[in-house]
Amino acid sequence: MKNLALIAYLDIKESLRSKWFYVYSFVFGGLMALFFITGVSDAVVMGFTGLSRMLLIFIQITIIILPIFILITTVKSIAGDRESHILEYMLSFPVSLKSYYWGKMAGRFVTVFLPVFFALLMGVIFGLIKGGSLPWGLILLYTVLIFALCFTFLGIAFFISSVVKSTDIALGSSFSVWILLLAFIDIALIGLMLQNRLDDKIILALAMLNPIEVFRIGAISLFDPELTVIGPVAYYLLDSLGRNLLIIYAVVYPVAVGGVFALFGYIAFKKRDLL
Amino acid sequence: MIIKAKNISKKFMREYVLDHISFNLKSGDRVALMGPNGAGKTTLVRAILGFYKLDGGSLEVFGKNPIKSRVEVLGGISFIPQLPPPIKLNIEELLKYVSKSSGIPKEAIVKEAKKMDLNLKANLNKPFFKLSGGMKQKLLIAIALSKKSKLLIFDEPTANLDPKGRKQFYELLSGINRECSTIYITHRLDEIEGLINRKIYMELGKIVEDERL
Repeated sequence: MKNLALIAYLDIKESLRSKWFYVYSFVFGGLMALFFITGVSDAVVMGFTGLSRMLLIFIQITIIILPIFILITTVKSIAGDRESHILEYMLSFPVSLKSYYWGKMAGRFVTVFLPVFFALLMGVIFGLIKGGSLPWGLILLYTVLIFALCFTFLGIAFFISSVVKSTDIALGSSFSVWILLLAFIDIALIGLMLQNRLDDKIILALAMLNPIEVFRIGAISLFDPELTVIGPVAYYLLDSLGRNLLIIYAVVYPVAVGGVFALFGYIAFKKRDLL
Repeated sequence: MIIKAKNISKKFMREYVLDHISFNLKSGDRVALMGPNGAGKTTLVRAILGFYKLDGGSLEVFGKNPIKSRVEVLGGISFIPQLPPPIKLNIEELLKYVSKSSGIPKEAIVKEAKKMDLNLKANLNKPFFKLSGGMKQKLLIAIALSKKSKLLIFDEPTANLDPKGRKQFYELLSGINRECSTIYITHRLDEIEGLINRKIYMELGKIVEDERL
């Protein structure tokens, strides 16, 4: 436990000096700032305005860019250290593999979650300054959903990082995972499948299995299901499962996916040759 | 017994890199491990450090399996790799990692580094990878020696050092406890001749010569 905390702490310190961390923080912080500059919160297009509208747009963009950011920055964590012989040196000290792996993951979680969370807070503060009301339920839901999404992709990234031995293949695998999951969100391939009259059950199962789609449905579930932004599958699921059940699923399922992948990654890290 | 290897083998891509090797290392053995590139020297050392799962045979370090009891085994080993890795931690953070994981007081490392003219206190905020090749190697040596391990493993430890640095390093080694066992992977036997009492020569994954001096 002592070494796990030490490794997490050192990973955070190392990340805070990395260029990727600055780019990552700048993208999410800049996105919020951009919304205010462009007056997104004042626009009335889809029936809702102010802070809620801005947060919804923020979360919609987060769905697209957060997974790939997490994947490409994290996937190098173990695979990159292995390739550059850092792992060989760091693991020549009496540190258990459990402490090393989970410590790295805990440290990385802090550095991927906090910038997005702070960007969300920044939006809330700007919104309040502009005189909007505070949508507590929405803020809480988005915080939990961002937490879940970060955990999912961190778990997947650590799994890839442990299994794959070269950084190039790890990066390639990350892109493939991202593209695949993105293709199966409501507005993309699933919409096309519906048009081609594929079996409803298959389409719904695919939607429910895709953590990005689950996150998306959870994120828009507080809004009116009649909104065009929601998509046909999301509409169906919201209508049949109900809002509360869907929100619970949108949080629990991605965390479970991340946990399972992280665990498999740990098993692979422990069972296979370390170098 | 420090190391007890019985018929150990390791394959990569169906090729034996360690081909049924047996050897023992006793307390006080100071071995020059030699051989051409691809002979299996680094693989053997990595197996001792618990990085590789063996395909056959049994390996015990301090009477324990280096994979199953990695924390206990590595607590007694100091290792210096051939090339200093590009660790992104700064020196202070690296010292913290070493100090907390291995229980070495930071001052002991600083003191050891000073013997090789390396002033760590002036460079504490510098990332390790930004140090010069010689400084990196000296720091790794200082860490390894201050750990006071029962087994030292050096993989070409002087590759990055200038003649003065090499001389200082060998002087430091001559001062370590005679009970301490050492494995030097080296191509320059002449430099360590006075420090070793055993020579192991490997070729194509096999020990072809094991001579006590």
